[in-house]
Amino acid sequence: MIEFFTTFPEMSKAGLRLFKKTVDGAYRNFSREYGDAIESIFDPILYFLVWFEKLLQNSPWPIVILVFLVLIYFGSRSIYLTIGSFVALILIGYFGMWEDTMSTVSIIGVCTFISIGLGIPIGILMSGSDRARSLVSPVLDIMQTMPSFVYLIPVVMLLGIGKIPGLLAVVIYAIPPIIRLTDLGIREVDKEVLEAADAFGANRRQKLFRVQLPLALPTIFAGINQTIMMALAMVVIASMIGVKGLGQPVLKAIANQYFTMGLLNGLAIVALAIIFDRVSQSYGKRLQQHRAGSRE
Amino acid sequence: MSKVKIKIQKLYKIFGSKAKEMTQEVKKGVDKDELLAKYNHVLGLDNINLDIEEQTIQVVMGLSGSGKSTLIRHINRLIEPTEGVVLVDNQDVTKLDKNELLDFRRTRTGMVFQRFGLFPHQNIIDNVQLGLSIKGVEKAEANETAMFWIDKVGLNGFEYKFPNQLSGGMQQRVGLARALANDPDILLMDEAFSALDPLIRSDMQDQLLELQKNLKKTIMFITHDLDEALKLGDQIAILNGGKLVQNGKPEEILLNPADDYVTKFVQDVNRAKVLKVKSIMISNGQGTEGPKVNMNDSIESCLPIILDTRSSLSVVDDQNNIVGSISDKEVASILRNN
Repeated sequence: MIEFFTTFPEMSKAGLRLFKKTVDGAYRNFSREYGDAIESIFDPILYFLVWFEKLLQNSPWPIVILVFLVLIYFGSRSIYLTIGSFVALILIGYFGMWEDTMSTVSIIGVCTFISIGLGIPIGILMSGSDRARSLVSPVLDIMQTMPSFVYLIPVVMLLGIGKIPGLLAVVIYAIPPIIRLTDLGIREVDKEVLEAADAFGANRRQKLFRVQLPLALPTIFAGINQTIMMALAMVVIASMIGVKGLGQPVLKAIANQYFTMGLLNGLAIVALAIIFDRVSQSYGKRLQQHRAGSRE
Repeated sequence: MSKVKIKIQKLYKIFGSKAKEMTQEVKKGVDKDELLAKYNHVLGLDNINLDIEEQTIQVVMGLSGSGKSTLIRHINRLIEPTEGVVLVDNQDVTKLDKNELLDFRRTRTGMVFQRFGLFPHQNIIDNVQLGLSIKGVEKAEANETAMFWIDKVGLNGFEYKFPNQLSGGMQQRVGLARALANDPDILLMDEAFSALDPLIRSDMQDQLLELQKNLKKTIMFITHDLDEALKLGDQIAILNGGKLVQNGKPEEILLNPADDYVTKFVQDVNRAKVLKVKSIMISNGQGTEGPKVNMNDSIESCLPIILDTRSSLSVVDDQNNIVGSISDKEVASILRNN
């Protein structure tokens, strides 16, 4: 009797082993059967990702920097940020990290687009029904808290090592904020404004595109900003499964205790993060200028 | 007389999961407080019957929670009734299907909201043409119509401003223009002027009355302010706890309040200012020796004459024909009740 309280009534060792073996075996069979088919679904994305990476790496660097600076200036309207970005990009190139940085930018860019493309529609669905929200919410919690290595295992088993599994890992980790904030932004839209749209006979689609999305846009943009930041945070982990970019030298530096190399690549990631963050934030702020109450 | 535009019959609204069953309880005489305490359901409307005549302003008045905002939302079915019928031109609004309802809202009704309900991300001209663009009216035509109404409500030059750049009164003018631009025959105004300060509010009331002279819409106007009700209403309906306690012309409400609730409502009103000579005169067609007053003047305006002459006055209509008389006694008795 006492034993019941001191040791947990566990399942038998053999049973547990059988359980693990069965699940693993079934999954292995599944991935052998369908791995190639599933991989081919992602071919268009892979093709685009490779094209984008090559474009950034093979274009003459001054042109790439110029394009970046133009985008940064029109995104942020800040001359200081543009100058700062210029200095940072020059330093990155000077310390020999240009190619890796372009790889990272390309994978972050593609991941962000995928996250936006999937996340906003899911967020819209969630905002429309409490049922959908109660289904999606726990899934998002899992995606955000499950250690990334754990869901990397089945992805690698299924698709092997490479860009696509890395991309999946990044998207899984980075997509929750944009879903949550799209949902929140739409739910926060002033009830009376929505009622006005109803009273004038707006249908669902008209309400969504004329009222809900435009008014939720600043919040959605905060979500996009968060998504980019989280995607950047995943760069090092993604490099463990073969994603090229700034993560790989960091990984090498950890393994070999190359302090300077780790620091330089780490700082390059930080520089990218700051640039992405400031640009997307000030762009988002400009979207809500109509709220600022600026009387002329 | 004139035609009934909106006919509300046996309308019940109960908020809660078992609304249908609760209607039976309410019909047995359970009131708002009891329904909430015993069954945890909120009684919104309790057997409302109301006819609204074409081209008149029907004011619906009551304190907060009396169901007036719920009632107005049944006309364009922003709220679904639990039971009952709302007829607009003999068409039952409660029976419209989804597309018919959208169409009904797009063409028949316009609504003005207490906190304006303007689109903060659109400029004034785009706000005003909301109804038109939802209907799919061509941009150029919609712009023209919007400009016409912006001009009409006196907002010329503000068409490319955003709502938050305008004062409250101006924002509500936009709300009014938006509703009118759609050219609906029914205008629903939900505490439309309650958020405005008193001077602006009075201006807006005047403007509404001025517009109504030409527009001749059927207007349902919700308010909790008796002075506003008396100023605007051709008819005033008073709600209490979801029940319609009285519906009548302003002077009927003032002179013959139906119950204690209405009495309390009207007791602080300056009757001399609100009541017109015609509502207390002896209309026997015979004048007196005294000076003449117009039947549409307020009693307040003829008080000085009465005090001056201490005699009965002749009452005349707009064509200066004698229609009756009014004596200091009647005036005194009306004012004493105050």
